[in-house]
Amino acid sequence: MTLLRINGLGLEIHGTPILRDVSLEVARGGITGVIGESGSGKSLTAYSVMQLLPEGSAPRGEVLLDGRDIALLDEAALCRMRGNDVSMIFQEPMTALNPVRTIGDQVAETILIHAPRTSRRAARRRAAETLERVGLPGDQFPLSRYPHEMSGGQRQRVVIAMAIALRPKLLIADEPTTALDVTTQAQILDLLKGLVAEDGMGLMMITHDLAVVSDMADDIVIMKSGEVVEQGPARQIFGAMTHPYSRALMEASGHVPERAGAAADAPLLEVRDVIRDYPMARRHVLGPSRMFRAVDRVSFNLAKGESLGLVGESGCGKSTLTRAILGLDPIQGGEIRLGGEVVTAGHSVSREQRRKMQVVFQDPYGSFNPRHRVGRLVCEPFHLFDRQPRSDERDTALANALESVGLKADDANKYIHEFSGGQRQRIAIARALIIRPELIILDEAVSALDVSIRAQILDLLADLGDRFGLSYLFISHDLSVVRSITDRVMVMKSGRIVEAGETAQVFDTPAHAYTRSLIAAAPRLPDHAAAT
Amino acid sequence: MRRLIPSRNLVVGAVLTAGFAGLALISFVWTPYGVTGVDIANRLKPPGGGYVLGTDQFGRDILSMVMVGARTSIAVALIAVGIGILLGVPLGLAAAARRGGVLDEVIMRANDLIFAFPSLVIAILITAIFGPSAVNAIIAIGIFNIPVFARLVRGGAIALWQRDYVLSARVAGKGAARISAEHILPNLANLLIVQGTIQFSLGILAEAGLSYVGLGAQPPVPSWGRMLAESQTLISIAPHIALFPGLAIVLTVLGLNLLGDGLRDILDPRIRKTRR
Repeated sequence: MTLLRINGLGLEIHGTPILRDVSLEVARGGITGVIGESGSGKSLTAYSVMQLLPEGSAPRGEVLLDGRDIALLDEAALCRMRGNDVSMIFQEPMTALNPVRTIGDQVAETILIHAPRTSRRAARRRAAETLERVGLPGDQFPLSRYPHEMSGGQRQRVVIAMAIALRPKLLIADEPTTALDVTTQAQILDLLKGLVAEDGMGLMMITHDLAVVSDMADDIVIMKSGEVVEQGPARQIFGAMTHPYSRALMEASGHVPERAGAAADAPLLEVRDVIRDYPMARRHVLGPSRMFRAVDRVSFNLAKGESLGLVGESGCGKSTLTRAILGLDPIQGGEIRLGGEVVTAGHSVSREQRRKMQVVFQDPYGSFNPRHRVGRLVCEPFHLFDRQPRSDERDTALANALESVGLKADDANKYIHEFSGGQRQRIAIARALIIRPELIILDEAVSALDVSIRAQILDLLADLGDRFGLSYLFISHDLSVVRSITDRVMVMKSGRIVEAGETAQVFDTPAHAYTRSLIAAAPRLPDHAAAT
Repeated sequence: MRRLIPSRNLVVGAVLTAGFAGLALISFVWTPYGVTGVDIANRLKPPGGGYVLGTDQFGRDILSMVMVGARTSIAVALIAVGIGILLGVPLGLAAAARRGGVLDEVIMRANDLIFAFPSLVIAILITAIFGPSAVNAIIAIGIFNIPVFARLVRGGAIALWQRDYVLSARVAGKGAARISAEHILPNLANLLIVQGTIQFSLGILAEAGLSYVGLGAQPPVPSWGRMLAESQTLISIAPHIALFPGLAIVLTVLGLNLLGDGLRDILDPRIRKTRR
C-alpha cells in the first residue's frame, strides 16, 4: 500500500535548479531511507512533502499523500495536514524544544492545535500516554520537566512524542540521530522502528549515513546533486549496487586509509594520573563549592609516530583531557610530559612546548575567524617562534602547507567563507602542520564531514603522518573512524579509561562491558554488502 | 561583502542624521546671521521674511542658532560616546578574558555601581561641583557610557571566547590581550556600531537636558537645550522660538535611533534572517 508517492518532483529556487525528477514512494508501515551527502537535496525533498519550502521556490511534479496531490491544497488545508497527517523530526534536539516550557505543555500543545475541541486535561493525559510510548514514563519523567533537565537522547524522545502524538500517517525524520551518541542513537532507532510497526506509520528516514538505515529500511533511495541515482528494496541495494556513486559512497563509509604506521618506542606524550576537577554551582549561597571530577587519574603513553585513538560518548571527559594536554586548562593532579618536559597549564606553557603540538577541532565552520584571510589564519602558529620568519620564508611555508593538504598556494588570499566544510578542515590541518609539530590532536576532526569527504581527509592524515612522522591523538565518538586510522585505542567513560590496547584487539575482543556495548550499538553495514 | 539592503528606517535615519551633521559643518563657514550680536529692532520676528525660522528675544536668527547649536550637541555627544568606547570596550574585553576572576568582579561591580545612580542626577552633581561647562558635561555623559559598552562587550566577548578559533589562537601561544585585539574585537564591531549610534542619540538628549538646567555649554555658545530654557517665558507670545530647537532635538534623536535600528537589521545576522 503506497502512502506517499513523489512523482517527477523538480525544484528551482530563484532560478537555480535544486531537484530534478525525484520520484520515490513510502509504503504504509514501511521505512524508506533517503541517503545523500550535504547538498544532495534530501532535506528539500522532505520539505517539499511538508510544503515548507524557502521563498522563491518553484516546485514541479506531484506529491501524492494518500492519493491527494498536496500541491493543490490551500494554506488552511496544509496546516491541517502538517502535524495531523505528516509530522517531522529534526536533527538538533537542543533547539527543537522551547526551553522555557515544560515537556508536558509542549506535547499537549501539538494535540490542542490540531484538535481544538480536546479539553486541556484530556490533552495532557494524551501527552502523558505519548511520552510513555516513547520511553519516558511519567513516574521518572513527569510532565513538569523542562528540556534542560534532560539529556540529548531524552529530548529527542520528547520531539518524537510531539511528532507522533496525533498518530500521523507519515513521519519524516531528518537526520534524527546525527547529533547523538552511538548508544543513544541505537535506542532512538529502535524506538522509531517500534513505533512504525505499532502504528502502521510510514517513515521517511533522511540520513547521510548508510549504516544507520541499513538494518531498518525497507527501501533505499540514494540521492546526489538533486537527483535519485539509485533506489530499490534495501536487501537488493546492499546486495548489488549498480551506480558508481552509490558504490563510492559505500566504500567511503567503510574506508580504511593505507598507513605505514611505523611507531618508534620513544614516548612523545606521557600522561600520568591526571585529574581535572571543575567547580560546580553551590547548593546554597554559603554552601561549600562542589567539585565535578571530569578526568579521573588518566594515564597513557603516546609514542613518536604512533596514532592513538580516544573513544567515548559526549560528557566522558575526552575534550577536557584534550584541553589539559594542550595546556589550556590547569590540572588538579598528576603530570603531563611532552617530549620529556612537563606541560604546565595556562600562559606559562613555553613556546618550545607549544611548537611540538597543534590541534584540529571538529567544527569546520567555527574554527576560523571569519574576518581574516586564509594566509593569516594558517600562519597563526608562527607566533610561537621567537624570531618571526621573513616574509618570503613565511610565503614558502604557507604555500607548502596548503599544497600538502591538497589546496592551492593562492588560496591564501581568500576568505574562509569561500571554502566548503571539507576544504576548511584541510585548512585547519594546514594550520596545524605549518610549524611541523610532532603531535597533532584531532578532536572529532572528521565527525562533521560527509562520508566521501571524510574518507579523503583520513587518507590525507594517513599520508601526512607517514611523510612527516607525525603522532596523532585521535579523539572521536565514531568507532569506525577510530578503527580505520589508529594503532592503539583507549575507551573512556565517566572520566576514566576503562580499556586500552591494540585497536584490532580492542574491537575484536573487547574486555570491558562498556566497550562491548559501544561496539554493539554502532551501526554497521551488512557484511555481504562490502564484498560487492 | 554582505548585501546591504537599506530598509526604510535606515534611509530615513541616515538622511536625518546626515542633515543635522551637514548643518553643523556648514555653520563653521557660514550662517545666515551672526549668533552673538544683539539686534533689538528685529526681536521676536515670526518665521518667514528675512529670517527663515524667525528671531528670538534678542533678535538673533533662530536658524543660525540651531545650526551652531547642532555643532555643540553633536560634539558633546560624540566625544562622550568616544569616552565610553575608549574606556568601556577595553574594560569589557579584560573582564571577558579573565571571566570569573578577581579582575572581572572588580570591573563589573564598579560598572554596577555607576549603573546604580540615576545618570542625570550624577551629571548635575558633577557639573555642580566642577562648574557648568561643555567639557564637564562631556565628562559626565561619558562616564555613564562606560558601563554600557563594558557590559555589551563582555557579553559578546564571552561567547566568542568559546569559539574554536580562539582555542586555536591559544594553542598558538597568543596571550589574552592579543587574542582580544585580533579575534574578539573585530567580531564585535557590528555590535559596537549599533550601540554607538544609540548612545549617540542618548548623549544628545543628555546634553540638551544639562543645557536646559544651565549646566551645559555656557552663553554665548548657542545650545538647543538652553534655547528651549530661554524660550520658556515667551512661549505664549512667540511659540516658534521653542518649536524649532525642540524639533531639532526630536528629529536628531529620531534619526539616530532609526539609523541604529536600521544598522542592526543589516549587521546582526540573527535579526536579518527573520525580518524583511
